Amino acid sequence: MDKQSSGPKLVDGSRVAVMGGGPAGSFFSYFLLQMAERIGLDVQLDIYDPKDFACSGPKGCNMCGGIISESLVQNLAAEGINLPSTVMQRALDSYFLHMDVGDVRIETPLQEMRIGAVHRGAGPRGSVAKPESSFDGYLQQLAVERGARAVRTKVEAVAWDQGRPQVTVTGGTATTYDLLAVAVGVNSPSLKLFEAMGLPYRPPRSTKTYICEYYLGREVIARYLGSSMHVFLLNIPNLEFAALVPKGEYVTFCMLGHEIDKAMVQAFLNSPEVRRCLPPGWEEPKDFCHCSPRINTDSAVEPFADRLVFVGDCGTTRLYKDGIGAAYRAAKAAARTAVFEGLGRDDFLRFYHPACQMIRADNRIGKLVFAITGLIQRFRFLRRGLWRMVSLEQLKHGSQRRMSTVLWDTFTGSAPYQDVFLRSCHPAFLFRFLWDIILGNLPSGHARRLRRTSL
Amino acid sequence: MSNTLGKLFRDGEMIVRQGEAGDCMYVIQSGEVEVLRRDGVQEFCLATLGSGDFFGEMALFEREVRSASVRAIGEVWVLTLEKKTFLRRIHEDPGLVFKILERMSQRIRKLNDALVRSGQRDLPEAAAARGRGQGTAA
Repeated sequence: MDKQSSGPKLVDGSRVAVMGGGPAGSFFSYFLLQMAERIGLDVQLDIYDPKDFACSGPKGCNMCGGIISESLVQNLAAEGINLPSTVMQRALDSYFLHMDVGDVRIETPLQEMRIGAVHRGAGPRGSVAKPESSFDGYLQQLAVERGARAVRTKVEAVAWDQGRPQVTVTGGTATTYDLLAVAVGVNSPSLKLFEAMGLPYRPPRSTKTYICEYYLGREVIARYLGSSMHVFLLNIPNLEFAALVPKGEYVTFCMLGHEIDKAMVQAFLNSPEVRRCLPPGWEEPKDFCHCSPRINTDSAVEPFADRLVFVGDCGTTRLYKDGIGAAYRAAKAAARTAVFEGLGRDDFLRFYHPACQMIRADNRIGKLVFAITGLIQRFRFLRRGLWRMVSLEQLKHGSQRRMSTVLWDTFTGSAPYQDVFLRSCHPAFLFRFLWDIILGNLPSGHARRLRRTSL
Repeated sequence: MSNTLGKLFRDGEMIVRQGEAGDCMYVIQSGEVEVLRRDGVQEFCLATLGSGDFFGEMALFEREVRSASVRAIGEVWVLTLEKKTFLRRIHEDPGLVFKILERMSQRIRKLNDALVRSGQRDLPEAAAARGRGQGTAA
């Protein structure tokens, strides 16, 4: 029999605070208010975030590569949230895999634009701000249209007030709430506010990444990058993944790995594979928008307590890919728990924690997937085999594209890592890969011809 | 270069054909489509759908062939949701189907209204027929 919780619950007039107005905070607010409305519950919700998404540069940006995965695009469409073309900086229908052994274009299974490239704020530093283009601003606006109140103020302190969370903002005003959702990411100093609250919560461990945006202009972007994401498998130590993402007049460079430093960035930028994607003679501008945000390498310990829940990166997120998709799933699970189950620690443990655990378990497999990708990055003979297998799959229309779909889902974050891993363990996949490793490393005329055709 | 998600269909292009097997549903990202039902030689326009509307959702729940055709009116961008992937997501999060059910419920309501309206239109003729002694009186 289903045990009914005896802990605190949302009732008419309950007050909810959300710290952080990025995707996790906005999704949580949107779904909480939507579900509450469906069951006739009147809840007041305040989103605290000092960021102004109408500003270009760091003032309005939440620092990320800005890729909306295929699965998130579809989930949002099913939710009735269709990302407008003003927010979408570029719809992507393919990706190019660049390696020293060759390049290959991999199309979406249905040849349609299924991935979105967005700016989190209103554009890179130095650009004319376009408030309507901010992805985070758009999501926050959806929550506001549902009835949320956006408070553009910094939270200075969090404390307990007779067992309820109390939020104190700049200027000293303190407000007590029935529930506090924390969605401040892992780059905000706000997480330190929770250290003195006596919680078992421990923030996730993280590593430094590098993201920058260069102005290239629409014509150059169209000519050199097209509607593809460009992914690089380069033998640069500690570099797990690197990509170029075209967005409007800009291109975003994303580098993920372990403690990325300036030398690694320069090695990447100067590699012939990257240079092939840029106009001849392109020089890095002196002034450009760049950041080194931290991203999770694991999950938080106990991201919930009575009347308190951590969502998004400061709770649990997906390893390297589709962080916004993970924020959507976790935020919705937290909102569902708060509306239908209760606000107690046990409620979050029973109904929110499983969603986090699912992401966490998948990340463990993700680490294995990236370890295998790392091996391919290190060994040229493996890259030759991979390149041959993908190239042949792309040349033969209608054939089963085992490697192409595995790579697509790994690099775009469109499917769980478990799916990717299981597909890559299929005997037919392994046999074909082994076969292509052998043939790809033979100095035959066929291999050379194929290389020429694909390039 | 496009800023719109999905696939582009030009004016008059068929997106879905009546009688074909369906394994996906569609969400209109921009533009309009008309839903057409062929009955013998006659073709009826059942509805016109616009941005944000779904079609082909019956394929998610049934194994029947498409019950109607869908044709683009002008340029239309349509996003495909494959049945297999989408059903798996619905199993993980049943709430995902709420919007689709809501839309299907609205369509049933409209259909009921249309049925009542067509019944009312038929009523005078039926009454006249009964008056001529062709109907059966209770």
